[in-house]
Formats: sequence, structure tokens, C-alpha cells
Amino acid sequence: MGETLHVAVWRGTAAGRLVPYEVPVQESQTVLDVVTYIQRHLDPSLSYRFACRVGMCGSCAMTVNGVARWTCRTHVRRVARDGRLELKPLERLPVIKDLAADMSAFFEKWTRAKGTFVPQGELPADFAVVPPGTPQRRAADAGIECIGCGVCYASCDVVAWKPDYLGPAALNRAWTLVNDVRDAGNAERLKAVAGDAGCHSCHSHQSCFERCPKAIDPTASIAGLKRATAWAALRGEL
Amino acid sequence: MSWRARNHPNFWAFAVHRLSGLLLAIFLPFHFWALGTAITGAARLDAFLAWSEQPLVKLAEVGLVTLLALHLTGGLRLLAIELLAWRDWQKTAVSLSAGVSLAVGLLFLLNIF
Amino acid sequence: MSARGDTWLWILQRASALVLAFAVLVHIVTIIYAVRHGLSAAAILLRTAGDPWWLGFYLIFVAAAALHAGIGMRVIMREWTPWRGRSLDFAALLLALGTLAAGWRAALGLFA
Repeated sequence: MGETLHVAVWRGTAAGRLVPYEVPVQESQTVLDVVTYIQRHLDPSLSYRFACRVGMCGSCAMTVNGVARWTCRTHVRRVARDGRLELKPLERLPVIKDLAADMSAFFEKWTRAKGTFVPQGELPADFAVVPPGTPQRRAADAGIECIGCGVCYASCDVVAWKPDYLGPAALNRAWTLVNDVRDAGNAERLKAVAGDAGCHSCHSHQSCFERCPKAIDPTASIAGLKRATAWAALRGEL
Repeated sequence: MSWRARNHPNFWAFAVHRLSGLLLAIFLPFHFWALGTAITGAARLDAFLAWSEQPLVKLAEVGLVTLLALHLTGGLRLLAIELLAWRDWQKTAVSLSAGVSLAVGLLFLLNIF
Repeated sequence: MSARGDTWLWILQRASALVLAFAVLVHIVTIIYAVRHGLSAAAILLRTAGDPWWLGFYLIFVAAAALHAGIGMRVIMREWTPWRGRSLDFAALLLALGTLAAGWRAALGLFA
């Protein structure tokens, strides 16, 4: 790979351009290291996001050589085989500046998909007993680790084709709540996730599953929502 | 969106399924029209079948049978994903689908010559 | 279309797919068997003429295919073209009904 990385970084807003930088190669270098180097030593005006640096928060998600990734968990050696890197903000979202995308629409769809817990009317007398081995708990567990990084959303073709599509993360979260036996909001939630903006627009490309850094499978969750909404429709509850 | 991000088996399974469905949906009315010539008697249908003996038409028929098999096996994969909810098999299912479809097309090809 | 309407379209698309899965399998086997000794109108009609089972099979097969194709084409148009709304719904319905009519006409022609 040589001694220098040739890095093209998106600068500006939607009407911006790729600007080249030369970054020295280091042992065990991540893409986040590269971005940090550019901002500290080459151009302090570069805007980008990070927080934990250790693959827990998802803040550093960006488009690296055309693919959405967590830059702190992407070793340069894995992606810059010919010594070249192209860095852009997450796709499918408006650009605030440089490598920082506006996540508002992503979280707003989370709300629209009713991805929040709805408690039952009265405070229960005792703790809910939820055996971890039950099918519903296992289904919820499979999707519960999502930290809302936006990588799946940025990788989804349907999000690109339909601006109203709620997207894999929001629908995955809704599915975990559908499977939460303590939740009381399913009647409204199933109405919110059904239809053209919801689960029925998913065509199982599984790009979300391919790219999710936590190996969550939103396609499977969305398939669950398809079954749940179908049963609701057949029972006249939708 | 970047083709580098799209280039994985399950995306191609979708692309093949959609393209085959589109082509079959366009083909279907012609298929029914050709068969419908039988209403006026066997002679018109035979005339059509004689026309279809040309090598290019036969090749197109092999293509159509393969498209049908591809759409069927791709559809079975989708029904499994949506109704059965197993997850770890998908990539294998894609290869299996492709393999079976090509076998069917080949079988058809061998039988018309 | 409403969430309920879209859900029903999904249900109908999968239901017709299940019918077609069986019918297409039968159809492919029939095709491969039928072309083995050369295809002719006589050979086809020998199999289908006067046979109510083949007629029933083809009537159901055509209906499922027409429904499946109509719903499928509507989805493709909505995702890959700017066409939307009532006019698209109507066009898809027209496609389905036209395919149904042509197919049932052919099935009856092979039966009678």
C-alpha cells in the first residue's frame, strides 16, 4: 500500500465536492484515524462526527468507498487496497456539512413507526415475568441491540426509491415492541407500520443485514411485521 | 446509490426476480393470444406452432422457461423469508434457486432438439 | 392506497404466489413432457379437449397469474416511475382483467 494514503473527502453541503488529502500510512490505522489526522494536521475546518471511538455508539458512520460503515471499526487495510479512500457523509440523508449528515428524518420516522413503548393503563402490582426463552422474547432480543446509527437506512434501496419509506431501523424497532408482552400499543403500531410507507415496501434485498455492524436482520423483523399486519387485516383489526 | 454497496447475492436475487417478473408479465398476453388461436380450430394453432419452429424463437422459448423457473425459485425464497422467518439460509437459497432454474432451462433445451 | 388496502394487496400477492408455485411446477413439467416428441396443436388438444380437470386447472392458473401480474406491475411502476394514484391503480386493474379475459378465452378454446 505504500507510505501515503490518497484520501478524497466530501467538503461542503449537498452542493459540495471531493477534496484530496495525503495522509501517512500507520500500523493498525482505522478510517476514523485518517479523518482525525486530516482535521488535526491538514485542515481544521473539516466537520465530522465521532464519540466513543470503540464501536459502541455508532456516531462515526459514514460512506467509505461507496459503502456505509462505522469508521472507528474499519481498518484502512481492509478497504483501501490500492491506497485510495473516498469519504462521504451517510447517504439518503441531507448533508449538514462535510461528513456530518442530518439524522432528523431518520429519528422522525422512528416516531412515525410508533417505535416507543406504550405502558398499560395502570401501574402493575408486580414486575412482569418474561422468560427469555419464549419465542416473543427471542424475537425482540434479535433486534433490540440497535443503537440507531443509520447505516442500514443509508444502505436501503427502498429508502432511496420512496422518500416516505419508514426504513429498516424504525421498522425493526417497531417489531421489537410488537414482541414486548408488556406493551399495550400494538393496535396503533400495526396501523403505523402497514402500507406503502411501511413494511409492505420491503423487497428483502437484505442490504440492511449485510451492512449492520451489530448483525441485526431488519429484513427478518420486517417479515415479522408483514405477518402481524396480515393477521390483523384478516381479523378486521387493521 | 453505490453499486459497490449493492453487489451482494440477495440484491441480485431481488434484481433477477423483478426483471423476470416484468418480462413474464409482458410475455403473458402474447402467450394467451397464441393459444387463443385454437378457438378457431387446430389449423391456426398449428400454423403458429410451425412459425415457432425457427431456431431464434426456440432460443427465446428456452429463455422464457428459464425466466419462469428463476421467478418461481426466487419467489419460493421470498415466501420462505416472509412466512417462515428463518434467516441463516438465505444465501444458500439464492444459489440453490439459480442452480435449479438453470437446470430446468437446460432440460427444456435438451428436449426441444 | 390506505394501509389496510396495501396490506390486502400484499396478502393477495402471496396467496396467488402460493397457487402459482404449484401451478407453475405442473406447467413446467407438462411443457418439458409435451415438447419431447414435437409440439403440435393435435398433441395439445388431445390432452386438453373435453377434459374438465385441465380446464379447471387452467382457469385457476390464469386467474392467479393475472392477479399476480397486475399487482406486481403496479409495484414496479410505483417504485421505478413517477406514476402513482388512482390512474395507476386503474391501469393495473385493466391489465389484470385483460390478461384474465385473454387467458380464459384460450383455456376455453383448448377445452371446447
